[in-house]
Amino acid sequence: MPIPSPFHARTSELCTGLRWKDWSGYHAVCSYGPCHEPEYIAFRHSAGLMDVTPLHKYDVSGPDATAFLSRLMVKNIAKLKVGQITYCCWCDEDGKLLDDGTVWRLDENDYRVTAAEPSLAWFQHNAHGFTVSIEDTTSRIAAVSIQGPNAREILKQVSDADMDGLRFFWLARTRIDGRAAIITRTGYTGDLGYEVWVDSEDAVPLWDALMSAGQPYGIMPTGLDALDVCRVEAGFIMNGVDYYSANHCIIENRKSTPYEAGLGWTVNLERDPFIGQQALRLEKEQGPVRHFVGLEIDWDEFERLHARYGLPPELCSSAWRDPKPIYSTRGRQVGQATSGAWSPMLKRSLALATVDGPWHEVGQELQIECTVEYVRHRIKATVSKKPFFDPPRKRSVIGAPA
Amino acid sequence: MTTKQYDAIIVGGGHNGLVCAAYLARAGRKVLVLERRHVLGGAAVSEELHPGFHFSVCSYVVSLFRPRIIRDLDLARHGLEMLPLESSFTPLPDGRSLCRWPEWHRTRREIARFSKRDADVYPEFGMAMAKMAFFARELVDQPAPDPTSLKIKDLHRLLRLGNQMRSLGPDMMQLNMQLLTMSSSEFLDLWFESDVLKAPMSVSGIIGTFLGVRSPGTAYVLLHHYMGEIDGAFRSWGFVKGGTGQLSNAVASAARSFGAEIRADSPVERVLLHDGEAQGVVLENGDEIRAKIVVSGVDPRRTFLGMVGEDHLEDEFVTRLRRYKYRGSSGKVNLAVDRLPEFACRPNENGRAEHLRGDIAIAPSIEYLEKAYDEAKYGDFSRRPYINVVIPSVLDPSVAPPGKHIVSCFVQYAPYHIKEGAQYWPERREAFGDAVVDTLEEYCPGFKDSILYRQVLTPWDLEQEFGLTEGNIFHGELSPEQLLFQRPVSGWAHYRTPIRRLWMCGSGTHPGGGIMGAPGMLAAEAILGTRET
Repeated sequence: MPIPSPFHARTSELCTGLRWKDWSGYHAVCSYGPCHEPEYIAFRHSAGLMDVTPLHKYDVSGPDATAFLSRLMVKNIAKLKVGQITYCCWCDEDGKLLDDGTVWRLDENDYRVTAAEPSLAWFQHNAHGFTVSIEDTTSRIAAVSIQGPNAREILKQVSDADMDGLRFFWLARTRIDGRAAIITRTGYTGDLGYEVWVDSEDAVPLWDALMSAGQPYGIMPTGLDALDVCRVEAGFIMNGVDYYSANHCIIENRKSTPYEAGLGWTVNLERDPFIGQQALRLEKEQGPVRHFVGLEIDWDEFERLHARYGLPPELCSSAWRDPKPIYSTRGRQVGQATSGAWSPMLKRSLALATVDGPWHEVGQELQIECTVEYVRHRIKATVSKKPFFDPPRKRSVIGAPA
Repeated sequence: MTTKQYDAIIVGGGHNGLVCAAYLARAGRKVLVLERRHVLGGAAVSEELHPGFHFSVCSYVVSLFRPRIIRDLDLARHGLEMLPLESSFTPLPDGRSLCRWPEWHRTRREIARFSKRDADVYPEFGMAMAKMAFFARELVDQPAPDPTSLKIKDLHRLLRLGNQMRSLGPDMMQLNMQLLTMSSSEFLDLWFESDVLKAPMSVSGIIGTFLGVRSPGTAYVLLHHYMGEIDGAFRSWGFVKGGTGQLSNAVASAARSFGAEIRADSPVERVLLHDGEAQGVVLENGDEIRAKIVVSGVDPRRTFLGMVGEDHLEDEFVTRLRRYKYRGSSGKVNLAVDRLPEFACRPNENGRAEHLRGDIAIAPSIEYLEKAYDEAKYGDFSRRPYINVVIPSVLDPSVAPPGKHIVSCFVQYAPYHIKEGAQYWPERREAFGDAVVDTLEEYCPGFKDSILYRQVLTPWDLEQEFGLTEGNIFHGELSPEQLLFQRPVSGWAHYRTPIRRLWMCGSGTHPGGGIMGAPGMLAAEAILGTRET
């Protein structure tokens, strides 16, 4: 049975739609009302406030913390400056993805890692020989994500941190309602947004402060369904949906390398040894077999297909996760789309897919399976640049050259 | 001589004998099953020992029963229903406890109270074992391949298994070697650090064997128990609705629907032999019944040394039969209670007790288990034994009167060979029962007062009453040297015997014991592959 998060007293009161699911063993809201659309609109047009406590959090500290994390992660953590955060992934010895998350440098020798899956055993297993302490702080720290164009203004009301100057993927230590908090400029929406981290006991006061300060700015509590649409628009890959952690794969074919998952940009190969380095070096030389791409599903074909049945185009307003086969225009299966959504912003039907080379180049025309009236069809889908939606405000800093 | 002629006589109406009979009858053979006791099922039997309480007297949970048999014999139509166990609960004497649930994160939180690292490793372990079990399942659903045989069929199968093994990768090869050679506690040490997790997991390696959790070879048996499946989900155990005997009754009903004849209260004295060939059986009342073949569902020792006789067998075969180990190590205590037991370390909530809807292991530490074995090694039962408790009436209220419960305790160690001699077990029976109840009382204060009825089965009773040689619940230990092509005797692992037209179909054949039905099914298939019927 999932357990309540430290925000439960507030979230359960607001979740009148009673739409919940299990997220890492916590009760998590899918949508507060019967439908997630207003919450999506808040994310993109004002601000959404979301409980992200279930994210796994590990505090890593000690004289060897930098060396340890540099060995663990595919990215060279030694280059991270104090106060900076990076997105990266970690692999097993064969260079197969285990998980992805963020690494923050809180201080010279203090870091925090966020992960989608429980990772303590893996971290500890590899800490042998390093003077480092690793603490699972998942239940000790409560976190909310505040995302959307008004997120910065709302935080300015409750915190005296320099929000205007806080850069994308940097953090600020501050106080909110008199209690210590860390604000990170991170999120999973691909928009202007922040996450706020406090001790679990301070969760409810933090929620109240943000909700009341956010009222004039149109803040709205948001759930996972709205986030799911945003993350597809942002082209973000998801562990357990678009790829599987090598830990959970019975067969090799299920595993992915960072290059296959579109995370090759996070890999720093030329440096001291790190886990999976040799395998990844080879993979880079040979080039990955598969590629993680964005697809735009052709609207006209979609509409015409429905018209053939006398139907208007039927759109599911929430994001989907049931995989659909992808074909070349000659009818050969070349991959699968693993998630997708209709983008209300872009008025486009989007998908995230893994396809074999050489069908992965932007502009490549492919076909995706589409079922209408219980009959399977194939319609056009074109490989597109990710992120699909990438507003300048995501990275903007006020009062400084962009 | 009677005129009635059968195609096959099955000796013993245990679940394997019944499965074999059903498959033979389904193929159009005229089949007779002869059961010694008044009820069918052998050790898979339910009896109303106390008014309103239907006990699964011996076997009490089902996991390995082949789903294919349920489909082939349409057992759902014949009344078979299974209720999966929902948790694994381990109470500790110090007031703490661990409960493992089907939900990963819930289990993770439980384990994390003892070791955060173990909590993370737990699913990885399950994954590795599932991979191995996936491979091992192939072995269970087919006759054992024999590496000493040069038959094309055997070589082909070995090659295929070899290839499959290789495809699992070097990690799995290594895991396989570890499983075959290590002790279950040592094997679990490779993965986990917390005793409270290792102890209840390690016991899977000793069930039904006269070995301790630190004895080499017990790791394999761990895997055997990991192969349990219900609805294709590995590692799940369940109750049969109405008691384990309902499984036997369902198979019997299916067999009858295919035309098989089943007689209870018909003990077989010996196999009728002529010119080294089985021609039928002689009952204890002197009746002779003839058939084209005889199939024995009873264990190898009783079959050959009891019903065939040494005179008709080669010395070498007899020697090997004698070496085949039984040495039963467990007993059973069945209790009727007037209220739901309440564990001090995790009290029930308003009569609700989610943690009692699964199995309960009195296995607080590896040392506890090894100490229990120490006593057994020198010919005594454990004063503080490993107890696997289940309360079937929680999931299936039909087996007890409303509000009352059945507490079924599988107890190890209770060695068949106590130092006084096995025949002295009846004198020690109640003391053994007291040790079990006293142990439970330590965890559930007041438990003793709730007992309405108690049945204590020692290994001696299992032998005398249920025909299990030396009280071994698996018809011979499930240790690696007694499995696959070596079960029960190398060269005779394919259900055939040195006596022409005499076959074996019991748990003493591949793939072994537990309510699996596979020996019965595979024996029937082997028989139908010949022209003997």
